[in-house]
Amino acid sequence: MANKNVKESLQVKLEKNIFGMYLFMALSVSLAGIVEIVPLFTNPEAIKDEVITTDGSTKSLLWIRSEGQALSDWKSDDGVRPLTALELAGRDIYQREGCYLCHSQMIRPFRDEKERYGHFSLAVESKYDHPFQWGSKRTGPDLARVGGKYSDEWHILHLRHPQAVVPESVMPKYRFLESALVDGETIATHMSGLSKVGVPYTQVDIAQAPATVEGKNEMDAMVAYLQSLGNMIKFEDGVTYRE
Amino acid sequence: MNLTEKYDLDVVKWFAIMASVYLVLGTLLGVYIASELAFPFLNDLGTDLPYFQFGRLRPLHTNTVIFAFGGSVLMASAFYIVQRTNQTRLWSNKMAWFTLWSWNTVIVLAVITLPLGLTQSKEYAELEWPIDILITLSWATYLYNFIMTIHIRDRNKVPHVYVANWFFMGMMIMVTYLHVVNNLSIPVSAFKSYSIFSGVQDAMIQWWWGHNAVGFFLTAGFLGIMYYFVPKQAQRPVYSYRLSVIHFWALMFGYVWLGAHHLQYTALPDWAGSLGATISLAMIIPSWGGALNGILTLSGSWDRLREDYILRFLIMSLAFYAMSTFEGPVMAAKTVNALSHYTDWTIGHVHSGALGWNIMVAAGAMYHMIEKIYNVKMSQQLLGIHFWVHTIGTVIYIVAMWVSGIMQGLMWRAYDEYGTLAYTFAESVSAMHPYYAMRAVGGALVLVGAIIMLINIVRTIRRSGVGQTANV
Repeated sequence: MANKNVKESLQVKLEKNIFGMYLFMALSVSLAGIVEIVPLFTNPEAIKDEVITTDGSTKSLLWIRSEGQALSDWKSDDGVRPLTALELAGRDIYQREGCYLCHSQMIRPFRDEKERYGHFSLAVESKYDHPFQWGSKRTGPDLARVGGKYSDEWHILHLRHPQAVVPESVMPKYRFLESALVDGETIATHMSGLSKVGVPYTQVDIAQAPATVEGKNEMDAMVAYLQSLGNMIKFEDGVTYRE
Repeated sequence: MNLTEKYDLDVVKWFAIMASVYLVLGTLLGVYIASELAFPFLNDLGTDLPYFQFGRLRPLHTNTVIFAFGGSVLMASAFYIVQRTNQTRLWSNKMAWFTLWSWNTVIVLAVITLPLGLTQSKEYAELEWPIDILITLSWATYLYNFIMTIHIRDRNKVPHVYVANWFFMGMMIMVTYLHVVNNLSIPVSAFKSYSIFSGVQDAMIQWWWGHNAVGFFLTAGFLGIMYYFVPKQAQRPVYSYRLSVIHFWALMFGYVWLGAHHLQYTALPDWAGSLGATISLAMIIPSWGGALNGILTLSGSWDRLREDYILRFLIMSLAFYAMSTFEGPVMAAKTVNALSHYTDWTIGHVHSGALGWNIMVAAGAMYHMIEKIYNVKMSQQLLGIHFWVHTIGTVIYIVAMWVSGIMQGLMWRAYDEYGTLAYTFAESVSAMHPYYAMRAVGGALVLVGAIIMLINIVRTIRRSGVGQTANV
């Protein structure tokens, strides 16, 4: 804000020189972005991807894939992994239907949120989320850890007719998901696009994608995505996940 | 020589007319999706089609009111003000027409693609990459034409660039940054792309964009409108030049930091959220300084408020501006944010700004411009009805969201005597029903006001047309 009070004449000069003013404005609006955004890219602590376990060893929160492992080789405590082809198809639908407008995927470190939704969310859990789906509004409940909370059948009934399962619900009906098939080639293209921006899909993952979604409809994809949410990390007591 | 011969005002007219059409469309969509939350059967109306569901229409509502209505108002008034205050025609009238056509093409594409579910799923930046490129092009011509028009002014007649122009320019520069960076993505098909950013980085960039869409598009730009039309309509100079300099630079420097306050207690590093919240608190000072600067411009001619409805719109808008720029920092404070985040209070806050500040100052500006351009008085009766219907609708809307938002926040964190959560989520949803219905009523009044404004503008233009023919 140095340019405000120091010299009246600078202000007057700028008022007479529109390009000079342009420059000053462009600079003064850039500062905040540089201070707040750049460290998120340069400081690895911003997306902490390993923790010290209770026995003193270091554990990665990301799934470290060995050579030749397929996405389906992931086991439940291996850590954060990219979505499978079917789950990604579900995520595309989640975006398309605007689910993020009413459901957050970001649990805050409060007692009531822990009891209602589970352990608070970590930055690393959305590391492969392009774009992020944290949301800003809870017209419906948070979904960050909805995976595994209900059965697939419950989700199908609920998506078909939410009020049949939760009478108070104001959620729209998603019966139409059952009448559309997931297109394998499209999903392969999407995976290949995501791999260009840093999601670690292998050539094999992409090549196998069409076969894994063969015959699945959008409802299957949606349920698969919801069941994937929030249970990739097994949280242990006594481990510091965030300073 | 009259105004229309001296300046390029045809393009201004069309932006103003389109703005009032888009306001009707945008508020209609708003009332519809508000009603869907109160009465969920409206989502499907017995069909299996997704096109009218909340998730598809809500982005269309926000895009229509912010970019179609807000954008058209900003373009109409910027092109008007830059000519009047620099006493010159537009640098390029043709380029301004290009801006008009390209901007309206963007809106038509939004109306088609969003209900089809083609979206980047970034709030207020839902439009897919080909449309984003068109927006960039349209915006660049707007910015370039504006600056060049200032540049070609006669420096002997107009040595200093007037304050309203600074605000417009700051807004144009910042929105260019925000739009380009936030929409960086990798296309995977003609209408599908993925953001190149992910997770926490994407969240910070999105809210840097999200808050500054409010801070620049809907605040800095609309302050440009205020700094021209309030003094004009009041027929008094701005209360304090010095205050406007401080207001301007504090806003340019300070507003940009605030995005991080949308991410407090999330996986964003704490320091960033706290920094955003701290600067949010500090922003009360310039915001109130600016609001007072506008309101006190009336010093010595307060009596004009009794008869002049256009002035009433402008002054009431500043009252709402002051209120929501007080509410914003309060909600950014950590303890309040812990309660208010994720609730309807946020929606209420946005609408106290959007309905109270933006629509009112825009209505004042558009009524003023139409009267000047067509050289004819508008129907005072309709102005008066619009003013009251709109004000009452806005108050009903805000109050409904205050109650429902705070109630939601309190219900979610309430514990019973046994130390367990007192309410299920579903119970909080059903408790919202009366307030969602009330909000729809408030919104409907705003819609009625928008229709009255459109009717008044169209009638005024038609009447002036008759007058001209008679003169010939």
